[in-house]
Amino acid sequence: MAPDLEKPAVDAVTGTPTTGHEWDGIQELNTPLPRWWLWTLYLTIIWSVGYWIVYPAWPLISSHTTGILNYSSRAEVGEELAKLAALRNTQAAGLAHASLTEIKASPDLQRIALARGKAAFGDNCAPCHGGAATGAAGFPNLIDDDWVWGGKLDEIQKTILHGIRWEQNPETRVGNMPAFGRTGMLKREEIAQAVEHVRSIAGLDVDKTVDLAKGKEVFAANCASCHGEGGKGNQELGAPDLTDAIWLFGSSRQAMTEGLINGRGGIMPAWNGRLDPVTIKALTVYVHSLGGGQ
Amino acid sequence: MTAVTTQPKPRKSLWARHKIFETHSIVLILGILIVVSIGGLIEIAPLFYLQSTIEKVSGMRPYTPLELAGRAIYVREGCYNCHSQMIRPLRDEVERYGHFSLAAESMYDKPFQWGSKRTGPDLARVGGKYSDEWQLRHLINPRSLVPQSIMPGYPFLAQTELRYADIATELRVNRASGVPYSDEMIANAESDLRTQTDPDSSTATAFAARYPKAEIRKFNGSAKEITEADALIAYLQVLGTLVDFKLYDNKANLR
Repeated sequence: MAPDLEKPAVDAVTGTPTTGHEWDGIQELNTPLPRWWLWTLYLTIIWSVGYWIVYPAWPLISSHTTGILNYSSRAEVGEELAKLAALRNTQAAGLAHASLTEIKASPDLQRIALARGKAAFGDNCAPCHGGAATGAAGFPNLIDDDWVWGGKLDEIQKTILHGIRWEQNPETRVGNMPAFGRTGMLKREEIAQAVEHVRSIAGLDVDKTVDLAKGKEVFAANCASCHGEGGKGNQELGAPDLTDAIWLFGSSRQAMTEGLINGRGGIMPAWNGRLDPVTIKALTVYVHSLGGGQ
Repeated sequence: MTAVTTQPKPRKSLWARHKIFETHSIVLILGILIVVSIGGLIEIAPLFYLQSTIEKVSGMRPYTPLELAGRAIYVREGCYNCHSQMIRPLRDEVERYGHFSLAAESMYDKPFQWGSKRTGPDLARVGGKYSDEWQLRHLINPRSLVPQSIMPGYPFLAQTELRYADIATELRVNRASGVPYSDEMIANAESDLRTQTDPDSSTATAFAARYPKAEIRKFNGSAKEITEADALIAYLQVLGTLVDFKLYDNKANLR
């Protein structure tokens, strides 16, 4: 049969036309892409031309084409945030102007503050204080009424605004438990005596072999200035109450000795600037409402 | 297999000329190179010359030697596999993490750590969000603080002494790729690294002048020597804190 030069050959086995390409006796079948697929591809190319016209697309010498919509993702997020702020302000206009006690006194304002405070707490406070605000060793529990720096509304707000021992903030709360052991202010023996004295006023088990009277002396001379004569603590200085059953760093002999040797001083970041004032108010009310607010 | 004997008549249409690519591999490679470089020239090259790519900001400075060493540990441990460092300009992200990231904020990152996979949260603005103590304990055992966390613990960082004998070279390599480290910074790299962990050091003032706003303290309080945790925490604590957003002109940088 003479080869038909106009029509491509057909493979006898599959009945499919070939492309006419042949390498070492192996021929390539011609199975083109489905029409619909090809046309979809062409349509996307046409679509892209429309996209170039409408949206920012092509780089130029000193700038880029901005498109007839003048779209900007940064402008868009700015608008969305402004809308959100406006929405919140209608809900919470009261929060911005009301004092903390006024918020606390008004059920409506309080409801908004609690909702907002809860959300902000989850994003910002929960990593340290826990999702349920029950804290962790070194990070205070916020649902009890044992406050290191005070549990009144304005005290809580001050702590959130300026942080604790957060050096970048000039108004941060400061108060240090000195490293009595490491700096040589107390001998190891005196530390052991002080620990047993504290255990005795806290109602913890006491090692009877240690001289408690000496411990009381050591306490009066070194600890009472911050923790008070009776060990009731002083919130002005962030000195915890040592007579209750709540122990931020643990109540084991080891934890207490470690505190006396190396000192203690948990750090909390200042949130002023990172969070807006209304959110901080809401957080204050939220934390105050967790169970221990005074 | 039945052989097919017919050859098609060569057509003169442009679309039929692809045979030259299909039968000459060198021509095919050249063709591929030309097509790919058109893409590169149009999509990548303009980012290097367009003024609008990197915003004008105040406050950005190169990483201190300690932060740079921490960054190397961040990369070494593959933190980027789960943490991105780019807050996208989307409402929910800005609400959760803070101002969206700027190109200027990663201009001294070689290479950048933007990422797109977030098994953990974005870290672009984690600096100053938690205390050093929290970061340390969280690195040692994340579940001791966040019970539901699935992040692995890195307890060895707090015990492994940081090796930084080659830190000056690292600064030099960064300079070669465009980070403006001065000769003075490179000459003092090793001592600057030590200084940042020691506020009482006599060189602290000179260090602070070289790296404005750098925080000087012992980041890992659990060890006397400079550990890998010191470097990593110093790096984490600076993330997203350098640009002064009070001076940042949002309107001038709409993209």
